[in-house]
Amino acid sequence: MTNAVTNIVEVIMPHFEGYAYPNEATQQPLWSVLIVLYPYITGLVAGAFIMASLVRVFNVKALEPVYRLSLLTAFAFLLCAPLPLLFHLGHPERCYEVMMTPHLTSPMAIFGFVYAWYLMAVLLLELWFDYRRDFVVWSETTPGFQGLLYRLFTVGVMDESDEAAQLDHKYGHILSIVGIPSAFLLHGYVGFIFGSVKANPWWGNVLMPIIFIMSAMVSGIALCVFNYMVLTWIRRKKVDMRCLDVMGMYLFYALVLDAAIEALDWIHRIYSAEEGFQVMQYMAREKLFYTLSLGQVAGGTLIPLILLGLLQLIRRRVPELQRRRMYFASAVLILIGVLAMRWNVVIGGQLFSKSLRGIMGYKMEFAGLEGWLMGGVLLCLPFVILTVMVKLFLSERLPTDGHVPHRD
Amino acid sequence: MKNNVSRRSVLGKITAAVAGVLAAPVAKAAKTVTEKVLVTTDAPKNYDHSKHRWAMAIDASRCIGCGFCAEACKKENHVPEGPYFRTWVERYIIAKPAPGSGAARGETLVDCPNGGMHGYPEPSVPKDEIQHSFFVPKLCNLCKHSPCTQVCPVGATFDAPDGAVLIDPKYCIGCGFCIQACPYGCRFLSPVTKTAEKCTLCYHRITRGLKPACVEVCPTQARIFGDLKNPVPDDPLQKFYQNNLVVSLKPHLGTEPRVLYAGIDKEVR
Repeated sequence: MTNAVTNIVEVIMPHFEGYAYPNEATQQPLWSVLIVLYPYITGLVAGAFIMASLVRVFNVKALEPVYRLSLLTAFAFLLCAPLPLLFHLGHPERCYEVMMTPHLTSPMAIFGFVYAWYLMAVLLLELWFDYRRDFVVWSETTPGFQGLLYRLFTVGVMDESDEAAQLDHKYGHILSIVGIPSAFLLHGYVGFIFGSVKANPWWGNVLMPIIFIMSAMVSGIALCVFNYMVLTWIRRKKVDMRCLDVMGMYLFYALVLDAAIEALDWIHRIYSAEEGFQVMQYMAREKLFYTLSLGQVAGGTLIPLILLGLLQLIRRRVPELQRRRMYFASAVLILIGVLAMRWNVVIGGQLFSKSLRGIMGYKMEFAGLEGWLMGGVLLCLPFVILTVMVKLFLSERLPTDGHVPHRD
Repeated sequence: MKNNVSRRSVLGKITAAVAGVLAAPVAKAAKTVTEKVLVTTDAPKNYDHSKHRWAMAIDASRCIGCGFCAEACKKENHVPEGPYFRTWVERYIIAKPAPGSGAARGETLVDCPNGGMHGYPEPSVPKDEIQHSFFVPKLCNLCKHSPCTQVCPVGATFDAPDGAVLIDPKYCIGCGFCIQACPYGCRFLSPVTKTAEKCTLCYHRITRGLKPACVEVCPTQARIFGDLKNPVPDDPLQKFYQNNLVVSLKPHLGTEPRVLYAGIDKEVR
């Protein structure tokens, strides 16, 4: 009788096909949309930084208009990167323990350090060296609070001489060189968080860090294309087609590499067909059909590959307007595709039981910590921060020698 | 031959050696003190974890699926209501192969409604079509190379020297990495404390000379518990090891579980 009564008031359990360990039968995966966003945002940071490094380290002159925009993009997204992780913790107030008493065998323990290194020692410093002389000039010419801000950003270093500017440039260059392996470290490390879980055949994979790095580069470059085109549209200016073509070229090559490595991963999985392969096959066919087959493979990889590939072959024969549309469509599709990829990795890895006997259904809630709303807010937040930064540091009214978009 | 050994260098080396010898016990004492101060366990103050080596074994052929163990565990350890279990009992039903199918065995069905606490429904396979049916109690596998301990970013979960794998609830940040890393599904994030929880072998009991709750209530002695460092006369654990060929779960993962099973099938994961 008691049993019958309890059954009525019991929480409706999520539907499982097959068997799952009792602790796995929770209503939503343990790592949900917040942990999907964490590698996505971190990847965008790493990719946007690599984009900026093409100008600084590899001296790709055509990309100069997007240099500062890429750096600011990386910075805005980096500020938001740890937020999803933090909100997801059961005890966010204890997060400092990760840095106070890191457990060195844990792939997660070093995140605080890698993040701090990348934020403080690489990105912030590189931005400062790049902007320092501008800050000095702007602090003298801009009135009011904004001028005071620029003065504050100079940190008292008011030297405007050419020697000082050369020194800034030199240090910026060195930081950029250090930044490339740091960006790889930041995101490869995020990939390792998943790749190191041997209990989960969907995650435990030696290629995972490399896949994450490659997809990060692709998504970061796509984000820079997106930001540049949107900013140009907002300002009613003309897109620098040479810059866009070169961005498109790098995006294409990065996408080819990324697609090749992800294909290699799948070929290996299919050929070796290890324990759990049947479950994975079912997942790819049924549970992740929309996000994997449509979102990641067709929309996020194949269509952009065709569009960008075509532009590499017959660029000169395509009118400018069409070219712009094709680049923009590719960038948006890639951004959605990489988000789908993160979803497939994070959520996909939790939609089957570790007993390899059951598959779970998952419907994302709307409100709540792990819902659509929160996901949307966290995804918009870096764009809001970036808008403020663009207003402050990329304004057309500010005179500069730096690499900025839309210089007439 | 030129002698390069100066008085000063010899004295320096001797001092270093003496300092090293002296430093070792100091470091050890410091480590013990730090462990006692920083690590929270349910053991009494006079408990010496270096003098014990706890282990559990499961004789699945004895298990009748009464689920008392799962229920006792929930009550003893205040495990939250719902899909949260430190121990549970799975039911395996292996059907006979369909006639003429050429297969050695039929389909394997596994279930564990509510951790097995309140019994099992009638099997979906008719009784005369069942080839094998058995129960398998599950708990923390006490891995020698525990992946959960390896991945904890703050070291809140740790391998106690006496063999238990424990969590310091005051330290756990609730990231859930250990839950993802456990191949056996033995951990959960408590909705009450927002920290990871798992079987502690009833640490508060075993460190006071009692048996874990699940072992205490098991009517058929399918769960065998003991101290490998202090075997009692006619020790059930030693007898179990002598009388059975044993297996561990998911051995290919290299976790080397110390919870060993007798009487289970290849289908058990």
